Amino acid sequence: MATFFGEVLSVYSRAVEEDDEDPEQDEEDEQIRRELEEKREVHLRWSPEVSELLKSGNKLPCREFILAVGHNAAKFLSVYVLTSANWDTLGHASVWNERSRAVTGQSSEESACVFYRHKENPTVMICQVTCYVAEDQLFQWTEKVFDCLQHRELSVTVLSDSSVADYKTADYLCTSSAPFLRSLHTGTFSGQPVCQSLEQPNIITGLPAAVLNHCQVQRIATVVYQCYSDVIGPDSVSMETFKPALTKLAKSIQLNSSPNTDILRKMVKTTDIQSNLYI
Amino acid sequence: MFVPSDNSPPSLEDFTLVMPAVAVGNVGQLAVDLIVSTLNMSRVGFIHTDCLIPMAGNNPYSTCKEDAQELHTPAEVYVAPELKLAVLQIRAPIVQTKSKKFRQLIVSWIKASGFSRTVILSSSHAYQRDDQQMKGTPLRYLATPSLLKASANALKELGWREMERVASFPGLTEANAEPRLCIPGGGITKGLYTDSCSEDLPLAVVLLFCSEGDNIPDAFALVNHLNDWLHLLDDPSQAPNKWKIPTSWNLLFGSGIPPSMF
Repeated sequence: MATFFGEVLSVYSRAVEEDDEDPEQDEEDEQIRRELEEKREVHLRWSPEVSELLKSGNKLPCREFILAVGHNAAKFLSVYVLTSANWDTLGHASVWNERSRAVTGQSSEESACVFYRHKENPTVMICQVTCYVAEDQLFQWTEKVFDCLQHRELSVTVLSDSSVADYKTADYLCTSSAPFLRSLHTGTFSGQPVCQSLEQPNIITGLPAAVLNHCQVQRIATVVYQCYSDVIGPDSVSMETFKPALTKLAKSIQLNSSPNTDILRKMVKTTDIQSNLYI
Repeated sequence: MFVPSDNSPPSLEDFTLVMPAVAVGNVGQLAVDLIVSTLNMSRVGFIHTDCLIPMAGNNPYSTCKEDAQELHTPAEVYVAPELKLAVLQIRAPIVQTKSKKFRQLIVSWIKASGFSRTVILSSSHAYQRDDQQMKGTPLRYLATPSLLKASANALKELGWREMERVASFPGLTEANAEPRLCIPGGGITKGLYTDSCSEDLPLAVVLLFCSEGDNIPDAFALVNHLNDWLHLLDDPSQAPNKWKIPTSWNLLFGSGIPPSMF
């Protein structure tokens, strides 16, 4: 488009990208595309016991599935729930995309998306997702994970992080009101959310949205609690905001309502400094 | 694929389907919002697919507290049975590598549902118009041969302007460069149109030229133009802007202004 000063700028649309759909594609291009698609596939790697169960055509019996997406949500579960050491690691999901960073030593893929099951109450499962799941992988991740779970009487709780900058409201929020929770639930969820429902025109995107879409269509009772925080990176106040979300399940997951401050401090270490522009 | 909200799938046989293309300015989607909101259409099902980027939110057309907490997904089907009208609303962009798959999904759903005709509401980059296209109305239409069999007269009476074919290589006077259909910024519009031509589906495209910005007036222009043909609203003699704006259109340009700024 031409500007007032006579320069020509290329304009982009917030809605569409121009894709040059070339019907006659190079065989080599096709192969590269296929290989890339294969690399981007989501793979679930379960423990031998679970793999055996799934191979024989059964599903994991599951009544409560708690999914934590994002650092605050995941660390909240680590500090308030997983420290009781009553959890078995069931497996992990490996997700590769353009934002995955190669980490020497422990494979970062393994720790980025882990499934746990309660030792005494094996129908309670937890999953922590701290890696970035790309737009084209969200649906796949959700389908593959939920395909392994028994759907009858399944209840899903999703804890997710977001920035308060993404929260739209007519009265501008002063920072003292953050962090706060907002909820969204599927049609079959009959419980009472512990916080306000997400007001228009706000929406949820990413993995929590993919789970909600899947559960709405499959009629699984699901609630998402999104924490809007004004701090970049994990912090203990935002983590604590999630506590009311799990009060109903407190007994079955052995929620530790006052965790050790040492554990908290260890969890909330400063994130790697990538740039010294904003230390 | 289509998943009905209730246990009994609705019969959409012989209905008119109106759907948007995710295109520049989101004009088609905004226009569809106006249709669903004004006609108070009820949701009958979801299009559950990996081709759209997931999103979720509460009821964007809620009018009172009671219906506010209802979960909505990226692609949903609404009906107004008294008008034999079905509407597909798409709220999320199509995953980049899945545009062809999505087109195929839509075409097979249209065939399976037995719609009497389909109308795609779309838009195209205003800055890519050539000199001819810049004159007169910014609204255009396209119709497949199958639709022209039934509606050629109606469209002629309306005096609508058909979308022009443009030179493949503007500026070059190649004898063998045939003018072709080009809808820049239209997303899957052109693809859906050509697919429908080859599948012999009765389909029309109604689009307008626009730019990104405040596209609400564009949405009104498009939906009023469509109304001239389909007569969705009862009394066409009423003053314009009789369409009801849904609550989801609040704060399109961000939150309220922080008072601490002043």
